[in-house]
Order: sequence, then structure tokens, then C-alpha cells
Amino acid sequence: MGMTITEKILAAHSGRDKVVPGEIVNAAIDLIVAHDVTTPPAVAMLKKLGIERVFDPSKILVTPDHFVPNKDIKSAELAKQLREWRIEQGIERYYEIGNHGICHAIAPEQGHVLPGMTIVCGDSHTTTMGALGTFASGVGSTDLAAALATGELWFKVPETMLFELKGKLPFGVYSKDIILYIISKIGVDGARYKAMEYTGDGLASLSMEARFTITNMAIEAGGKSGIMPVDGVAEDYVKARTSQPYTKYYSDADAHYSERMTIDLDQLEPIVALPSLPSNGRFIGEIERVKMDQVYIGSCTNGRIEDLRIAAQILKGHKVANGTRAIVVPATTEIWKTAMREGLLEIFSDAGCVVSTATCGACLGGFMGVLGAEETCLSTTNRNFVGRMGSPKSKVYLASPATAAATAITGTITDPREFLK
Amino acid sequence: MPELPDKLTGYAHVYERDHINTDEIIPARHLNVHDEAELAKYAMEDIDTEFVKRVMPGDVVIAGENFGCGSSREHAIWALRGAGIRVVIARSYARIFFRNAINNGFVAIECAEACEVAKTGDHVEIDLLGGRLRNLNNGKEATFVPISDFARELIEDGGLLPHIKKKAGKA
Repeated sequence: MGMTITEKILAAHSGRDKVVPGEIVNAAIDLIVAHDVTTPPAVAMLKKLGIERVFDPSKILVTPDHFVPNKDIKSAELAKQLREWRIEQGIERYYEIGNHGICHAIAPEQGHVLPGMTIVCGDSHTTTMGALGTFASGVGSTDLAAALATGELWFKVPETMLFELKGKLPFGVYSKDIILYIISKIGVDGARYKAMEYTGDGLASLSMEARFTITNMAIEAGGKSGIMPVDGVAEDYVKARTSQPYTKYYSDADAHYSERMTIDLDQLEPIVALPSLPSNGRFIGEIERVKMDQVYIGSCTNGRIEDLRIAAQILKGHKVANGTRAIVVPATTEIWKTAMREGLLEIFSDAGCVVSTATCGACLGGFMGVLGAEETCLSTTNRNFVGRMGSPKSKVYLASPATAAATAITGTITDPREFLK
Repeated sequence: MPELPDKLTGYAHVYERDHINTDEIIPARHLNVHDEAELAKYAMEDIDTEFVKRVMPGDVVIAGENFGCGSSREHAIWALRGAGIRVVIARSYARIFFRNAINNGFVAIECAEACEVAKTGDHVEIDLLGGRLRNLNNGKEATFVPISDFARELIEDGGLLPHIKKKAGKA
């Protein structure tokens, strides 16, 4: 029996010819991404154990992203610890405020992610980077510390689920709608412990940016990772950023999949996930036009330049509705600058949106748009659990940047196709 | 780290709901610290504001499916442990939470019928070797697969990092 991409990467990184799902392997880690919330505890653990040096500073990338620019004194201390640690360890790949970005967006954007890599980060949305044919999985601080110290980590080889994307997305429907649709079908634990692999002609039609949105949300179905085979689109993306060599892995024709699901992209419509589970997705025509106090466009899910272009296209010449606030958060500094050069920031500002620097910010209820009790927010982020963006009594709806922009204009949940005509 | 006892007893805090996520266990607004005692003050804050007033050392959290889904924050384990929780028993776990539990030497048990056996406030006994949860108030019981040798070894070593250190010392 053949192997899936995920099995091949894990085999190659643990010195095996073959691995099967369920086996525990100790895999070498090619890239460790570190941010301001989960890294300082990992560093404290290493210090406590007397482990003074990381295994290889050249395999670590550090960017503060969650609570920066520092939101309060305690988070300032975390960012400071991160900064001092990276100097002490001689980690050169560091993105300070002004060059920073949300880790899952900046790592591939700056050419640090190569096909075939194993990647870990103390963050559940690490799965994002699997869109470039990597095994990328989120871990806690202890795993992060172990990886920093030894350069390897134990994994149970996951079973793989195969999602075949067929056809082409209709007008006004985006990759966010695809992943919200999938999660609505399989549930928030539908891919628990599993790798979510994508294939099909529908995948080929998606840009790299659109693909990251899909792998980003693997964790919202409980997945260990999301992964896509490397094609011309992926290679163009990588080669525009780095000349480092890499290995491409492809699933064998006789690889074993625990489940298979086919998604006809032509049949999809804009989707909104109702509070308070990412799996509560409904086609927009089936839901009430609930009033929104806030619209949030950004995050590692949907804060890339394509997302901002779509939102700006819809918002151009319009105003954010009275009684609604709109916040735009480009995912990285580079995206912010591109949006500035393309005039998108001006469109947002003229429409009455607030434009922030890159941060995880209010996606996780940190700052820059936290919600009060009973407030509603339509957000392009990845999860809408109770209290995720602020008060446990607030309500978060998830949708694409296009749906978010249309909703900002009317103040109620709105089908973006009304503005794209 | 002392050897893990064969049996543990404590008072139950029962949350029958599925998909209790790490944002509820420890909201992100408290992630600007990672001290267990500090995090403990806010444990379960977004699902049960009475939890921290009620919880006592050695207590047990019992929950439904996919406990600990969402963010990878290990702070969820630290907040629960800091608050005094010794064991979590759930129908199932989100994988990062489960992994974080083992890595911290924290006992997380999968038991399909746990929510049917106890309600909040009941005194329960957990037979770790025998794989049995027993309600000491009414005698109701449920079984579970005893924790694996790998998990037991990590728990007894005090978690993944001391375990790695111990192994490195032997090599």
C-alpha cells in the first residue's frame, strides 16, 4: 500500500522508508516559528531545566504578533522576553514591530516555508503552512520547548482524509466559503487527529493566498494538519521568495485515506458560520440579516492582500453603516505596505474603517476591537467560540472578506454579490 | 515527581456539553501571564464563573466530547492544574489539549459514560489502574481504558521535558 504526502514527510524526517497511521515517530523539525504568547513559557521551561541553548538558531523564526504593539504592561513583558531571548540565542530570523506580521502569514510570505518541511509553532493555526506541501502542526509550549531543545518531536502518524475540490468557485464565492462548508459538513471534531489533504481541479484554480485560508482552518475541524500537493502555483509562490532547494512529496495512487469527500465548488454560495461554533455554517440565503455592531477583516485566515483587495473593491465609494464599526487588520507589514501602495488603505479609511497594523488583536479577544456584552461581530477570522473576541455574551459570525465588506456597508449580514454586480 | 497513585479521589465539576474550548477554559485576555497561580484565578471563567469559588485541590473536571478544542494554549492545562484540578475525564479530547496534558504530566482520561455517573459536587474515585470511575455518593460506575504506559511514564517523570532530560542523562 502506498503512502500519503503526510506519511512520506514524516517517514523522511524520522529515518524510515515507510510509516503507517497510528505509529509514533520522532520527527526532525525543519522550522520552528515562535511568537509572544506561547514562546516565553517554553523559554522559562528550558531555563528551569538548565537547557541553555536551542538546537539550531538558523531553524527558528521569531515574530511577536499576538499582543503587539504591546497592549498592556504584562504583554510588554512577554514581547520583551521574546526579544531578549532571540538575541541571547543568536536567532537571526526576527521580525520586529514595523517589519512584523502574524506568524502563519509572515513565515511563508518571507520565503521561510519550503515544500516538504516539518513545521511546528505554539499556535493552533500553524496548519496554514501546509498549503505549501509541508507537515505543519500546532503544539503547546512544552512541545515547543522540546523542539527548541532537541530539534525533534514525537508525533502519532495521523490518518489522512481526502477532500476533492471539483469545478470552479462561482462569482462572489471564495475559499473561506469552501472551508466553512467543509467544517459545516464534518463538524468541529470531524477531522480530529487527522491530516486534511486536498486535491482536484478546483484546488488548481485557487491562488496560493486562497489556499492558505483553507489549510488555516484545519484545526477548526479538529485536524492535526492541512496539506496540499505542490503544483505550479505553489512553486511560483516559493520561487519568488527564496532560492533554497526543497523536496516535493506526492501521495501514491494507492495511498490509504480514512475518508473521502467531494466538494462541487460550482454549487457553493457565500457561507456564514453562526455563533458559537465554526461548524455552524449556513448558506447566506438561509439566514436572517442580523444587525452587526462590528465587522472585522483580518487575521491569519483572511488578512492577506487578495482579501483586502476584494474588501476594498466592495467598499470603494461606500460608507460603513451608521451603528456599525469596521476594522481592517492586514496580516503582515508587507501586506499593509502593498495595500497602501495600491490605494486600498485610502478606500478603507474613506469608507470609515479603522486600519490597524498587523496583529492577532481582536481575533482572540486581545485588543483592537474587543466586543462588549451582547455585541455582534461579523469576522473573517477562524473561530467564533463563546468569548473568543471579547465578552462571553458577545456573538461572532464567520464569513469571507467579501461578505464582511458588504455587511459593513449595510450594517446587517449581506450577500456580497449584491455589491459585486 | 511522586509515583502516580493507583486511585485518586476528588469532587466532580461536571460539564456535559461537547466542544468546551480553550477560550472558555482560559480566555485569551488572561494570556499575558503564564504563572499557574495567576491563571488559576480565571480558570473556566467563560463557562462557569462559580468554578473558581468552588474548586478544591484534588478535584476532577468531567466533560463531554472534544474537550479543549481550539487554541493550542497550554495555559488551559496550567489554569486547571493551578486551580487544583488533578484529573480531567472527558468523552473525548481535542488532540492538542490531550497532548499538552500528557506533556505536563497531567492526567486526562477518556471515558464515554463519565457525565452519566456524576453531577457537580459528587465525590468520585478514579481507579487509574483498573480503569474505573466510581461515584462515592451513589455507587454508580463507568469504565475507561487505563492510561497508556507511555503517558504514565511521562506523568511519573513530571512531563515531557523532565522525561527528555532523564533519558538524556541515561544515554
